Amino acid sequence: MSGEGEQLSPAGTPSRSLLRLVGLMKPARAVMAAAILCICGFVALNVSAPKVLGDATDVVAAAVFGARFDPGRFVFLLLVAACMYCVTSLLSWAQGRLNALAVQRLAYDLREAVEAKLHRLPVAYYDGRSRGEVLSRATNDLENVSQTLNQLLSQLLTSTLMVIGALGMMLLLSPLLAVVSLMAVPLSALASIVVTRRSQKYFVRQWEATGDVNSLVEETATGHETIKLFNAQSAMAVRFADHNEGLYAASSKAQFASGLMAPLMGFVSNASYVGVAIVGALQFLAGAMSIGGIQAFIQFNRLFSQPLGQIGGMAQVLQSCAVSAGRVFELLDAAELTAEPAEPGGVGRADAGRGVDGPLGLPSDSPTGRVAFEHISFSYRPDAPLIEDLSFHVEPGQTVAIVGHTGAGKTTLVSLLMRFHELGSGRITIDGVDIAGMGRDALRRNFGVVLQDPWIFSGTIRENIEYGLPGASESEIVAAAEASHVGHFVRSLPNGYSTMLSNGGEPLSQGQRQLLCIARARLSGRPILILDEATSSVDTRTEVLIRQAMHRLRSNKTSFVIAHRLSTIRDADLILVMDHGRIVEHGTHRSLLERGGYYARLHEAQFAAGVGELAAMPVRSAKHRAGQGEMEAS
Amino acid sequence: MLASLLFQRLAPYKAHVLAIVLLQLVQTAAALLLPTFNAKIVDDGLVAGNSEVILRLGAWMLLLTVIQVLAAVLAGYLGAVVAMRVGRGLRQELFDKIHSMPGQDVVAFGPASLVVRTTNDVLQLQNITVLVFSMLVAAPVMGIGGVILAVEQDVALSWIVFAIVPVLLLIMLVIVRKLVPLYREGQGLVDRINGVLREQILGTAVIRAFVRQSFEMKRFEAANDALTKNNLRSARIVAAMLPLVMTVVNLSSAGVVWLGGLRIIAGEMQLGALTAFIAYIMQILLAIMMAMYVLSTAPRAAVSAERVTEVLNTDSERVLSAATPDGVAVRPSAEGVRFDNVVFAYPGAETPVLESITFHAPPGTTTAVIGSTGSGKSTIVSLVPRLLDVSSGTISLDGRDIAAVPLDALRNQLGVVPQESWLFRGTIAENLRISLPSATDSQLWHVLEAAQAADFVRELPRGLETTLSQGGAGLSGGQRQRLCIARAILRPASVYLFDDSFSALDTVTEAKLRAALEPELRGATVIIVAQRINTVVSADQILLIDEGRLVAKGTHDELLKSSGTYREIVASQLETEEAA
Repeated sequence: MSGEGEQLSPAGTPSRSLLRLVGLMKPARAVMAAAILCICGFVALNVSAPKVLGDATDVVAAAVFGARFDPGRFVFLLLVAACMYCVTSLLSWAQGRLNALAVQRLAYDLREAVEAKLHRLPVAYYDGRSRGEVLSRATNDLENVSQTLNQLLSQLLTSTLMVIGALGMMLLLSPLLAVVSLMAVPLSALASIVVTRRSQKYFVRQWEATGDVNSLVEETATGHETIKLFNAQSAMAVRFADHNEGLYAASSKAQFASGLMAPLMGFVSNASYVGVAIVGALQFLAGAMSIGGIQAFIQFNRLFSQPLGQIGGMAQVLQSCAVSAGRVFELLDAAELTAEPAEPGGVGRADAGRGVDGPLGLPSDSPTGRVAFEHISFSYRPDAPLIEDLSFHVEPGQTVAIVGHTGAGKTTLVSLLMRFHELGSGRITIDGVDIAGMGRDALRRNFGVVLQDPWIFSGTIRENIEYGLPGASESEIVAAAEASHVGHFVRSLPNGYSTMLSNGGEPLSQGQRQLLCIARARLSGRPILILDEATSSVDTRTEVLIRQAMHRLRSNKTSFVIAHRLSTIRDADLILVMDHGRIVEHGTHRSLLERGGYYARLHEAQFAAGVGELAAMPVRSAKHRAGQGEMEAS
Repeated sequence: MLASLLFQRLAPYKAHVLAIVLLQLVQTAAALLLPTFNAKIVDDGLVAGNSEVILRLGAWMLLLTVIQVLAAVLAGYLGAVVAMRVGRGLRQELFDKIHSMPGQDVVAFGPASLVVRTTNDVLQLQNITVLVFSMLVAAPVMGIGGVILAVEQDVALSWIVFAIVPVLLLIMLVIVRKLVPLYREGQGLVDRINGVLREQILGTAVIRAFVRQSFEMKRFEAANDALTKNNLRSARIVAAMLPLVMTVVNLSSAGVVWLGGLRIIAGEMQLGALTAFIAYIMQILLAIMMAMYVLSTAPRAAVSAERVTEVLNTDSERVLSAATPDGVAVRPSAEGVRFDNVVFAYPGAETPVLESITFHAPPGTTTAVIGSTGSGKSTIVSLVPRLLDVSSGTISLDGRDIAAVPLDALRNQLGVVPQESWLFRGTIAENLRISLPSATDSQLWHVLEAAQAADFVRELPRGLETTLSQGGAGLSGGQRQRLCIARAILRPASVYLFDDSFSALDTVTEAKLRAALEPELRGATVIIVAQRINTVVSADQILLIDEGRLVAKGTHDELLKSSGTYREIVASQLETEEAA
């Protein structure tokens, strides 16, 4: 459903959104057809039953005006009416169920489409937006569509058919009275159009403001500790009040506008009722109609003008639905990652993504992991180039460490390798194949990754480790966990590997979360490892143990390691020192130290304390005691 | 729960509510009178053959409809305003509560659920308030009025009305009973959908790196399935409601014609009365359908009311009154931070996170906390600003038990850099000023210089006015960390706490930063949680924490001599040098 997406963005007018919603109901065609059939039957019976009751009344009226009372016919007509009413109810019930089915199916499909879309949006999409805003579209707006559609669909269909049916019956009974009733139509339409025009913008604002409120709550609930620490509750409350006020202003106006419809329509309906009563009475006097006929007509008039009024009222609900649908479509239509070169077949792996990415991978099933960056440049913003003309290559099995100032572009480099961002120019190859020509998923299946912020989903520790290799056996999971020193703390938890983690990793500490992510990457067994500050919150003793284990793991894998702790990277085969998007130095630990450049200074700063060069450390209260003890330590 | 919540929320709008009720009475009365006039037209006009009466009564009917529409519009306006004000008030209170409840409760609810409660649940409550105003006032009036007028028309026929009302009430009761638990489950499932999506957005990079989109889709599908099934079940019940009511009411209208017809034949009733009676039956039906509509949304709203009340009833942090005598005074030259036998355990946990921690961090000194992953270091930092409260023992600041200091006064004395660098959407300047709203631009630049952040901020095209997206996305981890440090030192505090705040900084930057911090923090108590030896080596005392216990305390030199564990930590970071 989002296939045709690109050209429709942004979501367009509410009426287009509604048309698109209708289009999305295609899978439920059969259900909808059955529902419409039920409604047709319902309407037919519903409009003819009062006629039958009217006939029964006429039997009585005839007796009043002197004719002989025919009890047999009277009772027969009443029984027919009763049966018709019962069938009416059955049909109404059936259509209600069918409609519910269609609407829920649509809501299900929409939710799934939104979720699938989240996986196809470029990573950069989330950088520029608040999570809460995206989430508000996916929940508030989507729930609004489902809830309003649920109300609307059967009502709208019933009302429309009812108006048509009642009109037909009225024309049959008395064309003159029908004309009087029909005067209600232009009045209703006019009122509806006037109100709708005005209310539309309020609905749009209402749902935008809902998104604002949503994102501020999401954001501040996530950062609640910081807010407490700085006593910023009142500052945040002021910001919130601002959004809240906007929501109030828009929603009260939208509500009033849509509330206006019911009385207006009621007025139109009552006015036509009065008109029918007067004209009908005069008609009777002129001998053109029977009492029963008038009584039936009055009922038809209700059956005609009430749904007409409802349609007017629904126009408002419909608008709210359309606005929300438009916001959902806007998300669905957001520009996706560039298309993948399509090639059929050749996937064959356990975890083939459902149509998320193309299947194109490396020519060989066992890549050696030779990686080359060739004259690449990249920038997040056109005015501020980040990486310019950068080249290096890595032999299979080598460990490359990337060091440099914070903000030098280290993380960007690996995200380019994984194609989270696309290169400005130049190319990156793995085993000689340009990664731009590979399917993103196929490319990424080569990487075992531990990123800066450990990501843990709500699930057990076991599930979080298994994430790296779906279907891994218990022993494989435990082995990866032990090697990553996860086993150590898992054993102290009462539920062990079945411990449930929630809210991004509660109750584990930051360092433990990192260890868990390392276990995950280890389990994945992929040929290229990317460790971006993977152990920054892990204590150094544990890190040494992990490093030794990693060293064995890395022996036949190409690894990219980003770390500030130089101890983490000292045995790397190649160290790249980055500054402002350029490689300013490269070499091994030893050669870089000998060179006496940036790396050497970095190193000096880090290890100065340990080797007794405290005088170089301009830190308070340490100056007077450049310890002798450290000498013993080394 | 729903009734009491609405009652309490509507209390400030008594005058509005009264006006709405009166206006609804007027418009309902007008609507009820219409069939009576119609009956008169039939009996006095038609049967008597008097066209003048018909026109006169017709004019009255028109006037009534005009009055009706005016009353309804005004009632609608007041209803919208009051309902939306109730919603606005609820959202604001929820927001304030979220930020006054203890952090553990925020985590227990989870951001995803709190978001749904503040938006979707409040929306449900707004909707029902509107409905209550527009229908629940009018429906009983119309229903009861319809009954009275019907009885007035013909007493004998009225037993039909009295027979159907209990049947209809029974139908409603059964349906509402079935719906409440379904809706309760439903809102929970909306939470879950929201939660899964939120996790997926947070984990975009990892999910894609491991190519686990299909797994995520399955995870979502499970939640989506559950929600759809739940919605379908409740929609089916709602779908049964109207037909049931229609059956009852339509059959009784047939019954009215039957009994009424027989009575007319018997000469006990007039023809016009029958027409009017049927109109009243329809009126009653309409009233009941309106009530049913309200009631069909009531279970959902009732569940929302529960969920909103649950948040509002959560106890706030133990905020002592700001008026507590001498609680606010900051005494810079007093004795700093003292932990005395502090134990902390999460409620219900078997083993405590911290066990009898005792130390003293005097002003003008730096205390470093070091220890293995998960040993409880961060907990120590969380206890001082009372993000967590001690299970036993006391923490005192300048000689006062912090449990006796008003929370805002306590936190105003602290400058904290949490482990996770949290920045909110807004400009860099706004992010910094959260710490000291009155800070001038030059003060901001000053702390940015000290935090080694001035260079990169200056390079940004809009400098201090650069807008950061949520969580500071777009900045590197180290840049975020330095902004958080600048933010903390912006405020003049007597205690500064750094929770592993240099982990994303390279060593050169860190060294520069610590040197620049020194004059900024002079005279204050500084507590630093760290992993790197060179961060802690210069501290006046180092606390070595292992599995929640304070295993060693002293200066770097002392610990090198006394603590094997400490030597191991040092060695783990020095092995490069051995090699060199």
